[in-house]
Amino acid sequence: MRFSALRILKEGLTGNKGWSAHWRDPDPKDEYDVVIVGGGGHGLSTAFYLAKEHGITNVAVLERGYIGGGNVGRNTTIVRANYGLPGNSEFYSHSLKLWEQLEDELNYNVMHSQRGIINLFHSDGQRDAFARRGNAMVNQGDDAILMNRDQVRDMIPYLNFDSLRFPIYGGLYHPRGGTARHDAVAWGFARGADQRGVDLIQNCEVTGINIENGKVRGVETSRGTIRAKKIALATAGRSSQTAAMAGMRLPIESHVLQAFVTEGIKPVIDHVISFGMGHFYISQSDKGGLVFGGDIDFYASYASRGNLPMMEHVMEAGMSLMPMIGKAKVLRSWGGIMDMSPDGSPIIDKTDIDGLYLNCGWCYGGFKAVPGSGFSYAHLIATDRHHEPAARFRLDRFQTGYGLMDEEATGSQHNLH
Amino acid sequence: MRIPCPICGERDRREFYYQGDALALNRPDPDAGDVVWNDYIHNRDNSAGVTRDLWHHEAGCSNWLVVTRNTVTHEVLGAELASMVKGEQG
Repeated sequence: MRFSALRILKEGLTGNKGWSAHWRDPDPKDEYDVVIVGGGGHGLSTAFYLAKEHGITNVAVLERGYIGGGNVGRNTTIVRANYGLPGNSEFYSHSLKLWEQLEDELNYNVMHSQRGIINLFHSDGQRDAFARRGNAMVNQGDDAILMNRDQVRDMIPYLNFDSLRFPIYGGLYHPRGGTARHDAVAWGFARGADQRGVDLIQNCEVTGINIENGKVRGVETSRGTIRAKKIALATAGRSSQTAAMAGMRLPIESHVLQAFVTEGIKPVIDHVISFGMGHFYISQSDKGGLVFGGDIDFYASYASRGNLPMMEHVMEAGMSLMPMIGKAKVLRSWGGIMDMSPDGSPIIDKTDIDGLYLNCGWCYGGFKAVPGSGFSYAHLIATDRHHEPAARFRLDRFQTGYGLMDEEATGSQHNLH
Repeated sequence: MRIPCPICGERDRREFYYQGDALALNRPDPDAGDVVWNDYIHNRDNSAGVTRDLWHHEAGCSNWLVVTRNTVTHEVLGAELASMVKGEQG
């Protein structure tokens, strides 16, 4: 089934009876060339690019719950390429280019909206840091515009420019940044992988990884034993548990990140805006809800819900930046489990076990990486060689100390990102 | 989340700074090698369930505590002075 404007018109006139399920619901086969553990954004895009770029279609994606039920279906949907360090910069640049062609490639409306991202700064020092970051982005071939206070005021007049404590000095504008409809991204990749022959197996929890003589043999699951030549982990906040099945301890600590959405209101916020003097970022969804979030709660957690202190901080930061949103009622909040790495950058690598691959450490920024991560991970799985834009996401950088990518320059330690 | 400080009694989580896994108390020998030090600094069990982690009562008595906690439910099961725990470990 292909989507097109003509098809929508036809279905609209004939009672919408022609639509079919977007993907099959197969039972697991006895054996696959590649088993991907985790049917989130990264697992699904990995399956899609394995099939599309490398012709590897005897692939299963094993999902404990349902497709789109994890972090890919509950995040603040921001897509950007505004990283400053070599390693991250080329990876997110590549990922954004994939985003820009994603809808054509998937034949699926992921509602990718390049509405622009503005990171505000509030001091001379912060301006210098943002100028440096903007230069790094431009050097990478991406777009960045350093705006002064008046230029920001012209574009976003409703901010609290006259705040005595946090005056707005300007902003770093990233026009190609924006948002995408998170559910549609999961569904689009799922459908694209399924159409190319990948089995998406839901309600299938992996309970063990079978390893013989240092080589993977397959997985034990709640739906039986499945043999596999290669096993690729893509389990985000649960990475420590899945890696432990292979006897590994990872440099990952799982934390809770909260996000919030208000009732739907008329269009007021045209961009993605981040506050520079408190952890707060906001955009408005196409449904009208203000979607905003802040920092992690800063304690290890698998609770999928947060506590009040960070909620209060986020609300206070929002109110001090844009008091006009004060009357919007918060509709719901939620918490996701983040796979925090010590230096704040991800891991896409082989492991010491033959045929076992690792993809984790996306911290609170995994959504924008979905296409790039899948593309690079598929390349690694198919060829056993690192894909150039993701070649620095090595697991051994923590042990050797070489190639750490500490974007915030706070140190390579767990509680600092 | 409220933490029962042995000195100050049960206090709000806002008064505490979170450090991380209490394995930080088991500092290896300086010459233990990069594998051991990498395990100490970076690698974590990261358990879903009962864990023991270090919290600093920075807005209270300023003691470091080992807090026993369930990471799935946020239930706080107890807190001890890190200096006592460290003493028991020798």
